[in-house]
Amino acid sequence: MKYLVIAAGILSTTAAVAEVPELTVYTYDSFVSDWGPGPAVEAAFEEVCGCDLKLVGAGDGAALLARIKLEGARSDADVVLGLDTNLTAAAKATGLFAEHSVVADYTLPVAWEDKTFAPYDWGYFSFVQNADATAPTNFKDLAASDTKIVIQDPRSSTPGLGLLMWVKAAYGDEAPAIWADLSDNVVTVTKGWSEAYGLFLEGEADMVLSYTTSPAYHLIAEEDDSKTAALFDEGHYLQVEVAGKLANSDQPELADQFLNFMVSEAFQSIIPTTNWMYPAVTPAAGLPAGFETLVQPGKSLLLTEDEAASVRDTALDEWLTALSR
Amino acid sequence: MADCAKPVSPRPGIGAAALVVALIFGTLTAVALRAEVGRGFGASDWAAVRFTLTQACLSAVLSVGLAIPVARALARRRFFGRRILITLLGAPFILPVIVAILGLLQVFGRAGWISSGLAMLGLEPVQIYGLHGVVLAHVFFNLPLATRLILQGWQEIPAERFRLAAQLGADSRAMWQLLERPMLTRIMPGALAVVFAICLSSFAVALTLGGGPRATTIELAIYQAFRFDFDLGRAALLSALQLVLTGTAALVALRVAAGEGFGTGLDRALQRWDGTGPIARLLDGMWIATAAIFLMLPLGAIVLSGLPGLTGLPVSVWAAALNSVLVAALSTVLLLLLALPMATAVALGRGGAIELAGILGLAASPLVIGTGLFIVIYPIADPFALALPVTALVNAVMALPFALRILVPRAQVVVGRYGRLALSLDMRGWSFVWRVLLPRMRPQIGFAAGLAAALSMGDLGVIALFADPEFATLPLQIYRLMGAYRMELASAAALLLLALSMAAFWILDRGGRWHAEA
Repeated sequence: MKYLVIAAGILSTTAAVAEVPELTVYTYDSFVSDWGPGPAVEAAFEEVCGCDLKLVGAGDGAALLARIKLEGARSDADVVLGLDTNLTAAAKATGLFAEHSVVADYTLPVAWEDKTFAPYDWGYFSFVQNADATAPTNFKDLAASDTKIVIQDPRSSTPGLGLLMWVKAAYGDEAPAIWADLSDNVVTVTKGWSEAYGLFLEGEADMVLSYTTSPAYHLIAEEDDSKTAALFDEGHYLQVEVAGKLANSDQPELADQFLNFMVSEAFQSIIPTTNWMYPAVTPAAGLPAGFETLVQPGKSLLLTEDEAASVRDTALDEWLTALSR
Repeated sequence: MADCAKPVSPRPGIGAAALVVALIFGTLTAVALRAEVGRGFGASDWAAVRFTLTQACLSAVLSVGLAIPVARALARRRFFGRRILITLLGAPFILPVIVAILGLLQVFGRAGWISSGLAMLGLEPVQIYGLHGVVLAHVFFNLPLATRLILQGWQEIPAERFRLAAQLGADSRAMWQLLERPMLTRIMPGALAVVFAICLSSFAVALTLGGGPRATTIELAIYQAFRFDFDLGRAALLSALQLVLTGTAALVALRVAAGEGFGTGLDRALQRWDGTGPIARLLDGMWIATAAIFLMLPLGAIVLSGLPGLTGLPVSVWAAALNSVLVAALSTVLLLLLALPMATAVALGRGGAIELAGILGLAASPLVIGTGLFIVIYPIADPFALALPVTALVNAVMALPFALRILVPRAQVVVGRYGRLALSLDMRGWSFVWRVLLPRMRPQIGFAAGLAAALSMGDLGVIALFADPEFATLPLQIYRLMGAYRMELASAAALLLLALSMAAFWILDRGGRWHAEA
């Protein structure tokens, strides 16, 4: 017993000396990977915060939300980074998130007024193809052509759900007809983005659902200008990726500091060439060379989070019906 | 006291089985208890059940059906490279799903080797996407496993039986009727049940090769319930249904598989005198060659696409490889600790319930086990700190059904042959296990351990749910590389994984067969 007391004493002193506040951020797995923004973001924030930033990866955006729901109010997470506007309504409904204090001059194609979630990057969904192929100019054109596409399953993939929302936002009640016409263009549907993109690169399809920024990776990292994104005249659906702070965080000030850091130059300049998305606030030095070559959609489509939540199930049923035939 | 007449006690085996059942049903219950009111089963769920059953039955029947002539040919022939071929047979089975899909499509896809060849002849490309594509992929994965299981059945027949049959002038046909067919009726149902169970929980393969939502399986429905609807009740219900289907298949298989073994031999090397005619040799050769080409082409594609990036692999991939080796080693030890007592208990006549518990590991959805473990562990400990042991344990439970299929027939033979002799010498407990059971089961233990190590190495498993930035396994790094557009590096990492898995399999499997005829 005596030894236990001594041991406990020693432990608590060491703990007191080594006490550096720890900020836990839950995010999707590709953010924390060695090739994502995670390592650079961690180093940059730890330089200014005098804290230990712990990034925890949990699948993708939807898995991240499921994880937070499972952990509930006892979660160790202080900040959740990596939800998008298709998930924010459900995230708010949990009541686990607190309002943020971030003020920034966003360079998003849409006005941002959400008080719970602050954006850190965004991108347009689009079909990526080889630059020498003829590009369809809209979904109807695509459906009428012989072009083969590979897409992701909305039930297991964030971009897959984005495509549902895109067709729904562009065509509303006409969406089932569009999907019926597209069904013979769909080579196959994959579980996630990686499988689909891999199939496209192997030549299994002419186009893959990805982002307008995908060709920037090939151009900048591989000096390969053979990929391009097709510009659709009905507009492109936006994905805005956001972060929020948890109400039960034991480090609320640090969480606020992180969210403000998130829209600052240091964080935002890491995003373009690690997450391959547009930064939410364009850095003073502008975007990296190569981004100017990307296609610029004339029209941005985005359902509000409530619209997205309410059409989600209908859109999925329509998609399933059309493609199950 | 029935136990008095046995050289060892079945209790450790019963305990191990109870542990497995507790893990599977405990996690399932944990998920169910967390459920809020959901929407229950819908028409789409039943469609998923129908599709899952159809493809799983077709895949199981084809995999096992094709494995019989291949295994028979391999059992009858001795040729240069036979051992390497048998080891390589393990390869498709242990590949991470995403890697195997890309390998298969490089051969059979729209832009694959076969289609390109057809295009040069002015023909249409192969249509791989559809039910036939799903079945093709599942045969690719499971034909090798079924072949190994059935080949083992051939090796269970004592050499003396073949010698006697040959002395009595039995030809191939008579051999088949006297020895091979009775052996198959004992081995085949178990192999069918295992392959059926594997295909039942297929998800990414079925969806991708099936060409879209027509190919929705129960596992995908679980995934949807969990992450699209966050309906834990439905996830638990679907998972329970999957367990029931697998359990039923296993029960049927166990009932059908009952039959007498071949009695005792002197553990001599096998020699065959039948099937020496030119037609039999040609047919056997054709079966072996066809199976080898079918299995090796996609593997070749994986190797070819992996080579260019191999030198550029970053340190983090090598570190992940080391983690994977650790997980595999731990998982293999855990598996043997579970499987050996269970196999012994089955051999002692405590069959049904234990074998059933063993096969359920395959039917349990990794997503549900992982989530359930998370719910259970979260209140008492940091799940991330336990990432390694939890991943190793779940991998061991997933490998258990294969290990039991490998170990049980042999354990039955050993206990049947030597049990009474050991008792008459008053050789019980440890001394029986140590001096009689384990030495005679060495090849099977090696095979089971090799399979478990390789499976654990290649499985993404629950690590994705428990991932921690400082602890990544190789399959997780492959997914991360792909997610970051690094397809070439991902292919190279997949090649590294393939090499490591095969090396682990080779070392353990060979280790078990040292000084033994394979």
